Amino acid sequence: MKNQYDIVVVGAGPAGAMAAHAAAQTGARVLLLEKDRQAGIPVRCAEGVGEGSFRKVFPQVPESWICQRITKAVIHAPSGAELPIASRHTGLLLDRKRFDFDLAHRAVQAGAELFVKANVHGMHIDKAKGAQVQVRWLDREVTVTAQVVIGADGVESRVGRWGGLKTVTPLRDLDACAQVLAGPVDLAMDTCHFYFSEHVTPGGYAWIFPKGDGLANIGLGVSGDRCADARPYAQLQAFLHQHFPGIRQLSATCGGVPCCAPMKKIVSDRLMLAGDAAHQVNPLTGGGIVNALIAGRLAGKIAGQAVQENDCSAERLREYEKTWQQTEGVRQARAFRLKQAMFSLNDERLNILADTVLNLPFEKRTIINIFKYALLKKPSLIWDAVKVFT
Amino acid sequence: MKPEQSLPIRCDFCGACVAVCPVDAIQLDEAHWRLFAERCTQCEACVMVCPMNALEMKHEEPV
Ligand SMILES: Cc1cc2nc3c(=O)[nH]c(=O)nc-3n(C[C@H](O)[C@H](O)[C@H](O)COP(=O)(O)OP(=O)(O)OC[C@H]3O[C@@H](n4cnc5c(N)ncnc54)[C@H](O)[C@@H]3O)c2cc1C
Ligand code: SF4
Ligand code: SF4
Repeated sequence: MKNQYDIVVVGAGPAGAMAAHAAAQTGARVLLLEKDRQAGIPVRCAEGVGEGSFRKVFPQVPESWICQRITKAVIHAPSGAELPIASRHTGLLLDRKRFDFDLAHRAVQAGAELFVKANVHGMHIDKAKGAQVQVRWLDREVTVTAQVVIGADGVESRVGRWGGLKTVTPLRDLDACAQVLAGPVDLAMDTCHFYFSEHVTPGGYAWIFPKGDGLANIGLGVSGDRCADARPYAQLQAFLHQHFPGIRQLSATCGGVPCCAPMKKIVSDRLMLAGDAAHQVNPLTGGGIVNALIAGRLAGKIAGQAVQENDCSAERLREYEKTWQQTEGVRQARAFRLKQAMFSLNDERLNILADTVLNLPFEKRTIINIFKYALLKKPSLIWDAVKVFT
Repeated sequence: MKPEQSLPIRCDFCGACVAVCPVDAIQLDEAHWRLFAERCTQCEACVMVCPMNALEMKHEEPV
């Protein structure tokens, strides 16, 4: 590890690996730091992405990244009623262990220097001179100077705080999750399932994402301020016991998802944030992979250009913030409003909603129509739903 | 009072507690959870959010 780079990227998840790749392609000297032993491990993710939006980033998706194609979805009401959804959209279940590793490899091939077991534990930014990043790499303490730092350090981001950006996640917006990879499940592998109930998963939902070969990612999320009465890990064990008695758990993890309103500021002098670190998650679904890819790529490219122009001021880097806010940020704000409305429904209202939609012919049981019936009393939000889901 | 890992074996190093700590009092690396007790305001957000129930508010030992 050298003591000087043009750009330091903290975190080798999807956002960081894309940022490092894009920055290296501009010719910048890039250092990519990851605290864990390998990019892609552990997998704290249900690994589902919309096929359409994913292919916009990677038109040629390598087969090795795909575990399963999802073509159907079923919503389960608290009463147990099952609501198959009519949708033309398809999903992909990724192999994130492989995917994250390959993205980091791509960044290295483009010239970025990757170090694993390298924990960034401090940062100081001098607007005139540069950014100093403190790294503990195995047993060594290294101070690295850079023109720009990109904080792609995930939900646990501290880089933004050190640069004066407000990244603390409000307790109620932190979706606390537990998940297992389990099998054998006696379910169609092309169908994903969502379970809603304010008792089992207050402020969140449970999911089953089949991964092929009789395996599935089964998990649930609970709003952070409701965890004390509904601990995600314990709730998940009870859920498995109820729905899949005797199922084998091949791996178990937990995690947090920042399901927030868009952050107002994601850049400052010599600093940019991308991915979960910038709360760039769809707050309604908790999906953040594709956003992390798009934001990371954009941040890396603009950081590289800023270094070439020798202007790494907040004003220069704001091109990234503006572009983000005008595109995905607008969608995130809409989804956040929908989340607040949907997760305030109690089990009784959810059951009535499910029954109403079940009375429609199958082709009318669309996500948009579910929102239309859910938001009858808040018609202004229906437009948000139309914009978010089309 | 301060948060403590009453059952460290439960911790999965997921960072949910770090995300909600308003004063940056928690540091994680691959396999260590560490509290900067002097910064902690005892708000209990970390204890509430932990998916694994690995944290607990503990009375400090009298000196
Ligand atoms: C249970 C669960 C299920 C999910 N399911 C889905 C899903 O199905 N679909 C979807 O789209 N999204 C899902 N998400 C969200 C998705 O996982 C994230 O949005 C995505 O991983 C964000 O990518 P990222 O690169 O911003 O952060 P991460 O993937 O979290 O990467 C951040 C990296 O930074 C490293 N790091 C952190 N701090 C430091 C430091 N100080 N020094 C060095 N390195 C550091 C971390 O070790 C990590 O490798 C889920 C999340 C959870 C918790
Ligand atoms: S939230 Fe719980 S499991 Fe996650 S890092 Fe903090 S103490 Fe560990
Ligand atoms: S109690 Fe509050 S201030 Fe103290 S470590 Fe936990 S979240 Fe941070």
